[in-house]
Amino acid sequence: MLAYTIRRLAGSIPTILVLIVASFFLMRLAPGGPFTSERPLPPEVLANIEARYGLDQPLWKQLWDYLLNIILRFDFGPSLVFKDRDVSDIISQGLPITLTYGLLTFVVATVVGVSLGVYAAMHHNTWVDYLAVSLGIFAQSLPNFIMGPVLILIFTLWLGWLPGGGWNGGQWPYLIMPVIALSTSYIGSITRITRSAMLEVLNSNYVRTARAKGLSERSIIWRHTLKPTLLPVVSYLGPVFVYVVTGSVFVDIYFSTGGLGQYFVSAALTRDYSVLLGITILYGVLTVIVNLLTDLAYAWLDPKIRL
Amino acid sequence: MRSLRKLSPGNVSLGKVWLGKVWLAAVVINIFLSGLCIANGHVPADVKLAQDQTFTYRVLDEFTSVDPQVVEDVSGSEVVRDLFEGLMNQDADGKLVPGVATGYEVNEDNTVYTFALRGNAKWSNGDPVTANDFVYAWQRAADPALASPYQWFVELMSVNNAGAIIKGEQPVDTLGVKALDDQTFEVTLSAALPYFPQMTTHTTTFPAPKNVIEKHGDEWTRPGNIVSNGAYILTEHIPGERSVRERNPMYWDNENTIIEKTVALIINDENVALTRYLAGELDRTEVPSGQFPRLSKEYPEEAISFPRLCNYYYTFNLSDTGPEAFKDVRVRQALALSIDRNIITEKILAGGQSAAYTFTPAAVAGFAPPGVDMAGMSQAQRDAKAKELLAQAGFSADKPLTFEMVYNTSDSHKKIAVAMSQMWKQKLGAEVSLSNMEWKAFLEARGNQGFELARGAWCGDYNEPSTFLDLLDSESGYNDGKFASENLDQLLEQAKLSTDASSFYTRVEQIIAEEMPVIPVYHYAGVYMMGSDVGNWPVNNVQQNWYSKNLYKIAE
Repeated sequence: MLAYTIRRLAGSIPTILVLIVASFFLMRLAPGGPFTSERPLPPEVLANIEARYGLDQPLWKQLWDYLLNIILRFDFGPSLVFKDRDVSDIISQGLPITLTYGLLTFVVATVVGVSLGVYAAMHHNTWVDYLAVSLGIFAQSLPNFIMGPVLILIFTLWLGWLPGGGWNGGQWPYLIMPVIALSTSYIGSITRITRSAMLEVLNSNYVRTARAKGLSERSIIWRHTLKPTLLPVVSYLGPVFVYVVTGSVFVDIYFSTGGLGQYFVSAALTRDYSVLLGITILYGVLTVIVNLLTDLAYAWLDPKIRL
Repeated sequence: MRSLRKLSPGNVSLGKVWLGKVWLAAVVINIFLSGLCIANGHVPADVKLAQDQTFTYRVLDEFTSVDPQVVEDVSGSEVVRDLFEGLMNQDADGKLVPGVATGYEVNEDNTVYTFALRGNAKWSNGDPVTANDFVYAWQRAADPALASPYQWFVELMSVNNAGAIIKGEQPVDTLGVKALDDQTFEVTLSAALPYFPQMTTHTTTFPAPKNVIEKHGDEWTRPGNIVSNGAYILTEHIPGERSVRERNPMYWDNENTIIEKTVALIINDENVALTRYLAGELDRTEVPSGQFPRLSKEYPEEAISFPRLCNYYYTFNLSDTGPEAFKDVRVRQALALSIDRNIITEKILAGGQSAAYTFTPAAVAGFAPPGVDMAGMSQAQRDAKAKELLAQAGFSADKPLTFEMVYNTSDSHKKIAVAMSQMWKQKLGAEVSLSNMEWKAFLEARGNQGFELARGAWCGDYNEPSTFLDLLDSESGYNDGKFASENLDQLLEQAKLSTDASSFYTRVEQIIAEEMPVIPVYHYAGVYMMGSDVGNWPVNNVQQNWYSKNLYKIAE
């Protein structure tokens, strides 16, 4: 398994390189640049600014310097928009915030979703099941950009229980609404996936055999059905994990958390090339790692899968 | 500037808006303002001040810098005006009042200004503010090595040698600024500029602490590192969340400062900001477009609207790449006439904006809108004339006028564009296709004449008509429609040399009304929710240059 992990990680280096090169050129294809503005800068001022950031060099040279800086110094360059901050400053400020609410969201969505799904499957075709399914569909159809403003309206304006936004070092009153907003739709999907996977497993031959043997329902659920049920759930959770820990632009916008998701989108709009590329690389690396973890989790859940 | 794309038309703030170019008396011997008292920090006798003197307001986007020489956006400039103080300040009406300088003298031909600096001005670390801090700051602003996006401002101020320094042809120490002694700062201009003192209220000209900048480099503006000379110091900055500035005990006029702490909360979504305002988390926020009538009914004390120095227009592409039809003035006039602007201002925006028949907003100082024909007609008359003109130009039901109009992606721009295209379809039978573009792509297309009819908006850089009318100068870098009229260029040139320019501006507006290179749609209003306990907000300052030190909170 160690050999497999090392092999996979080594194999991901070309992937990341392709990602960097492709993103680098794609960004430059977009019309306008970081210094395009409503009031066009006089050419000599623009030339000074471009010289300062090395944007006057040919593209291949810029790419080469960029890669060298990363490899030799782990330096992702200065932001082209925020004058006193480097890309690494922005990432090291935004990533902990994003990771905090992202991981919490992931845990909440998984625990609540799987529990609801399992519970519904165990009470198949009863009112409990119908309620769980309808709640699931309802939750799934509530994207976070709807949840955000609605939650603020209810909990901040009407009830006055929670602050309407901000982060304050991640104190819990500031975390509740972002986590609810971001996890709702995932809870819905996870519930539905878990329920249908569980139903399939419960109807399988080996569960019937276990029941015939007289095993307790508790032991059947916990020892024999939960692991195989989780297989399809895990394949769904992998991408969800990457998605939530890289942050949600909507959560950042509605709750002013200062997370990374918002920088990713605003960097694209303001053509802050270095920030955009830095965050893209971060997301790329995270995706590679999470894919690997997902595959390792498969092997643990299903002995038939050999790595 | 970059923040404009997200703003609703009710509350535009394009670019850093700088200070009123008020025509000062041309006969200048010695103008010393030192005897004037600054009235705007004073609280009326019957007002009881609140215990908690914290002012909290919403900003749309993270500002890009609080370095006075580098800052370019509106929200960053608001912070810089609190942290630093330049030679001159603006009062609640936008008039010039002393800042670090107590006054100035100017030579006979308006080219050498000598500012007398107050002896008690201090940096937040206790060092005195000297003329050398200004020399350093001004040289820094022009320095190609700093590469500030506002480098051009030094050239705009006509400071001697600024242009050559920016081009890198001369060293920065040749800039026309000098410290005659610690308290005397002299500026030499390459051209007479009677409104030059007004430009010293602009953040680019604020002093900078040399030793701090040399010690910390680009990171000198962070809390803990930053040393400033204004009424406040930056104590906390959490990017994307908040920025806090607190009273600076070293400020020379500290005893008249009332607000202890000003907090800027970054809230991208204007509806969320409004909810948080109503929940009592904010003292000020912008009103989302269309919501003003409801809010002013529910909160008559808090919903306020006042004119701003900004216009909203569409520009025809008159260059070779533009459509042939637009080269016919009758077509341009027909299109301009047949828009019912009252529907746009009253039904779509509904925030106190005014219908525009001239390019320059009426709120601009020293500008009396000329009586252009279009303004005096009823909409029915305008429509009749539009139909007639378009028929003369050879368009009919069989041969309809067709073109594309483009705007940057935004809900309110879309509503307005849809309304305009429907008016043209109903009244003139024109087939108009709409297209929206992301902000930077839009700027690129408009700047390179890759459009037929494009949206535009402009906020005055200073409070004087030329800041708008210069856009239509054939040489202007902002003239995206490439309109060229020798007559108009000459009038603008003459206005610059004249002591009474207003008659020239009236004639320029008349040329615009005849030639119609642009379609003025409306003039902006500042539309805010402002806590009724906020005292002394400068609603009469059309550029909305406000200073926390002049505000106060009233006990409720």
